[in-house]
Amino acid sequence: MDAGRTPSQTVGPYLHIGLDWLAAGQVIGTRGDLLITGTVYDGAGVPVDDALIETWQADAAGRYGGLLDDLPLGFGRTATDSAGRYRLRTDRPGAAPGDASHLHVLIFMRGLLKPLLTRVYWPGDPAIGSDPVLQRVPAARRASLLATAGDASQLHWDIHLQGPLETVFMEV
Amino acid sequence: MNDKAHAPGPVDAGTQPPYLYAPYVSTRLRAPTRPLLPLPEDAMTTVGPLFGPHAVQRRDSDLTLGGAAPPIGERLIVCGSVRDDRGRPLPGALVELWQANAAGRYRHARDDHDAPLDPNFTGCGRALTDSAGQYRFVTIRPGAYPWRNHPNAWRPAHIHFSLFGAGLLSRLVTQMYFPGDPLLPLDPVFMSTADARARERLTAHFDPHATVEAYALAFRFDIVLRGAQATPFEGA
Repeated sequence: MDAGRTPSQTVGPYLHIGLDWLAAGQVIGTRGDLLITGTVYDGAGVPVDDALIETWQADAAGRYGGLLDDLPLGFGRTATDSAGRYRLRTDRPGAAPGDASHLHVLIFMRGLLKPLLTRVYWPGDPAIGSDPVLQRVPAARRASLLATAGDASQLHWDIHLQGPLETVFMEV
Repeated sequence: MNDKAHAPGPVDAGTQPPYLYAPYVSTRLRAPTRPLLPLPEDAMTTVGPLFGPHAVQRRDSDLTLGGAAPPIGERLIVCGSVRDDRGRPLPGALVELWQANAAGRYRHARDDHDAPLDPNFTGCGRALTDSAGQYRFVTIRPGAYPWRNHPNAWRPAHIHFSLFGAGLLSRLVTQMYFPGDPLLPLDPVFMSTADARARERLTAHFDPHATVEAYALAFRFDIVLRGAQATPFEGA
């Protein structure tokens, strides 16, 4: 039934060796006007200092794809620091009609045998009430997918792997 | 959302590891505990991220270059195909690779294993698959190394692989192992995939045809990624 797919394995703790070359902390092809920061927490509430976050987003017109210097437009990669904090510069993506602006997020780390898939949405987007994915999330857990605004140039979004604030993760 | 425990779909059925696999201790505080949200069928049909033909340089795939001298260890060719789960080759797919050196030590600030670093080995490489979906690296055979998961725990020799396929759901990070390694049945990372036939796909095979005379043995590691999500116009 699985058509011979290769099993996933953890990235382990030394992922930076192979993946840092592309972990520029800024989404490819964006101006980087906006800084998204946050902390990744494990089930004991301890910051995760060896996580990798990859993001994928549309351009301002809501389109995916394209290249800049042979690298994929709209793709971002950033690792957490020794305090479990990540920083990613980007621009606000456009969205298809009815969808709210969001980034797709994949999370890799030691202790994850396969990546976690989630999304982060922009606060205050009027389409949040109609977004077809957010609609499926129980109201009490929706906040886990919404960034909070620091100032005009900064968003904050923490990732909780477990616990009462556990982020909503999606089927891959 | 369905609030019952997440039932893995037929695609998993033991052929992919679970998030929580207690023998691998780090999963206990990092695996999600709530049901995963099923996505609408059309939510993840976006193609990409894709890379262009010059995203990596030719020499990025030879891990024995880059130092003042060749690295210590047994030189190897590691090659294979990248296909989707319908058997279609994936040309232009980015393959990222990283590994320990011949002594089982990573060039990483957090690796405190008492084994020598090799000044001529960084342990990282990149390649794009060719028009037939084939990739090829030159590297050295990595060593096994101890870790703290359980008493006297050792990771079998392995090479980390990261791949980009047709879409975000095709993304794969995995590890390649060597055939006949006695550490494999003792390793909870390897054993986390319940299905023995699926686990075999993580083990490379000696490839006499790709072996280069008087230069290096070759091991073949063929990789199968999840295919692009079907659209309403496909496969109906």
